[in-house]
Amino acid sequence: MKWHVLHPLWVGLGVVGLIIVAGRFLVPDGFGVHGRNFTYGYYRLGSLQDWKDFPVKYQGRDSCAECHEENVRLNSASVHAPVQCENCHGPAVDHPDSAQTLHVDSSRELCLRCHAQLGYPNSNRGAMPSIDDRRHKRGRECRKCHDPHNPREKSE
Amino acid sequence: MTCSRRDFLKEAVSTTAAAVLPLSAFVFLSTEEAKAAVANSTVRYAFLIDTNKCVGCGMCIKACKTENEVPYDAPVTRMWVERYIITKDGEVHIDSPMGGRDGFTDNTVYGEEIDPKNIAKAFFVPKGCNHCDNPPCVQVCPVGATYQTNEGVVLVDRDWCMGCAYCIMACPFGARFFHPVHKIADKCTFCYHRITKGLQPACVQACSFGARRFANLKDPDDPVTKIITTERVAVLKDLYGTKPHAFYLGLDHDVR
Repeated sequence: MKWHVLHPLWVGLGVVGLIIVAGRFLVPDGFGVHGRNFTYGYYRLGSLQDWKDFPVKYQGRDSCAECHEENVRLNSASVHAPVQCENCHGPAVDHPDSAQTLHVDSSRELCLRCHAQLGYPNSNRGAMPSIDDRRHKRGRECRKCHDPHNPREKSE
Repeated sequence: MTCSRRDFLKEAVSTTAAAVLPLSAFVFLSTEEAKAAVANSTVRYAFLIDTNKCVGCGMCIKACKTENEVPYDAPVTRMWVERYIITKDGEVHIDSPMGGRDGFTDNTVYGEEIDPKNIAKAFFVPKGCNHCDNPPCVQVCPVGATYQTNEGVVLVDRDWCMGCAYCIMACPFGARFFHPVHKIADKCTFCYHRITKGLQPACVQACSFGARRFANLKDPDDPVTKIITTERVAVLKDLYGTKPHAFYLGLDHDVR
């Protein structure tokens, strides 16, 4: 065939070749099908490790119990046992190594998240011991009267 | 057009050779290699959400935002809690202020106060990424920056995502958002950094009521898996065919 007919073909092949060569340099290592197929599992393998290396903030009750055994024991015996320490005390992150103290949220708003009366029948919220925010000791911190670690006891 | 026998044979042989050549690109795998290629993992994570137990305290949202460094005061969140109030006149009121980050402490929905006497039913539905088996968000990514791990977790490669937001539009659940700091798509990672260390996801750990739980569906002895496989569970937006892996107990027909 004549040259002018084949010309676009050579240009096209050249572009494809260029893309393949450029891809060798530009695509990061580890790219490939690592999951179940190309549609869902084509990714950079290093990304998995990146996510695994993300720092953990919330350490959990067992970690608190290592030092604060007394408080955890008291709390675990109360009706507030299912509430994680860090829900109110904030995430431990690397406490006590670098963060000496944690910022405790002792606001009325924190308690109201569960204990504000909304009146929802057939909802777990309706079954919660709750108060009418507008009538019950307006604006006062709950812990002035109720011990959050053992709410059935009055705090001193 | 005429064709001699010699020419015909020549053409036939060269055409067959050209057609067979690409077949050499196929590889025959051993059984083990084939199993690895189809991601034959012993782990498949899933959520179990019990809407009967949720009280709308929003501690899961607070924990998620803190754990995953999602900007706390920006109107973006990896998961959210929706409140449904159905009044006696049949009207459905739905809201999720700041994703329910600060809990629900009054009956005001979009500035309208609802009298508890008029409420027929009201409940909370925690939502987020469903870690679908056929995630449409992964299919649309033009650069391979989002993917499904062998454990069924849908992740975003933060180094490779270019922020085109196709995936944000593709998710039928609205579970993805544009991260205001990193300028890329962001979503629930199932707390991949926690579950791979044997910890619970932050939202599951923060939930005081057992409304959020997580399971390994491939472990038949997992107590949460037993609930998913033996009790009546529902998924959101089943008709989209994405095979969501967040299973719900006590879902109402008003939930969409």
